[in-house]
Amino acid sequence: MKIVVMCGIGLGTSAILKVNAERALERLDIEASVQATNVAGVRAAAADAQVILTSSELVDAIGKTNADVIVINNYFDVDELFAKLEIALGS
Amino acid sequence: MPLPHLPLDAITIGAHVDHWPAAITAAGDALVRSGAATSAYTDRMIAVVREFGAYIVIAPGLALAHARPGADVLADGLCVVTLAEPVAFGHPHNDPVSVIVGLAVAGAAAHLHFVAELANVFNDPAVIPALAGATTAEFVQSVFGQTAS
Repeated sequence: MKIVVMCGIGLGTSAILKVNAERALERLDIEASVQATNVAGVRAAAADAQVILTSSELVDAIGKTNADVIVINNYFDVDELFAKLEIALGS
Repeated sequence: MPLPHLPLDAITIGAHVDHWPAAITAAGDALVRSGAATSAYTDRMIAVVREFGAYIVIAPGLALAHARPGADVLADGLCVVTLAEPVAFGHPHNDPVSVIVGLAVAGAAAHLHFVAELANVFNDPAVIPALAGATTAEFVQSVFGQTAS
């Protein structure tokens, strides 16, 4: 499974989101690769992704995608990531 | 990899700003003071928000000001600015902002390590309110696990 985390420029905020998404996935016991990307690269990065994690501010920049787009409000809140990923990926 | 050193001159307590560009400028000034970046980097941090919006407000009350690596980044650097009066960045959930963490990275690959350390610090939800209420730069250093030495 592939998860894409997206921020404006593809470093800094997306790196933080990647770290904490990996922590949430570990707690969920789900194996997935988490790739950080930016607005310019999201279309290519998300072509084979199941989920895109990003900020509410950037949702419109994603455009059309088959991936589930999940808005994360607090990038440091692993509980929020856990809950939202569980809904999106849980059986 | 540990966080970049957070020297006292990279910390501003209780800055008075009227709007978000001034808040980012205060962070840029701190990075210039500590030798991490030139003032051109400040302009690029502001340009990121003008282009992409307030997504850098990544948690309630906290903005992570940063831009891409560039010639205006002199060294990996971290700064912290707390605001006397919080300002709105335009984020629907996390406004108003009272703490700005500024990040200057010389290379995209190396920064991943210390961003993980930054995540460790802020995974404690008490940290942002504690920083917002800080009265000394030494206290801010201690929150990031650093001392003046």
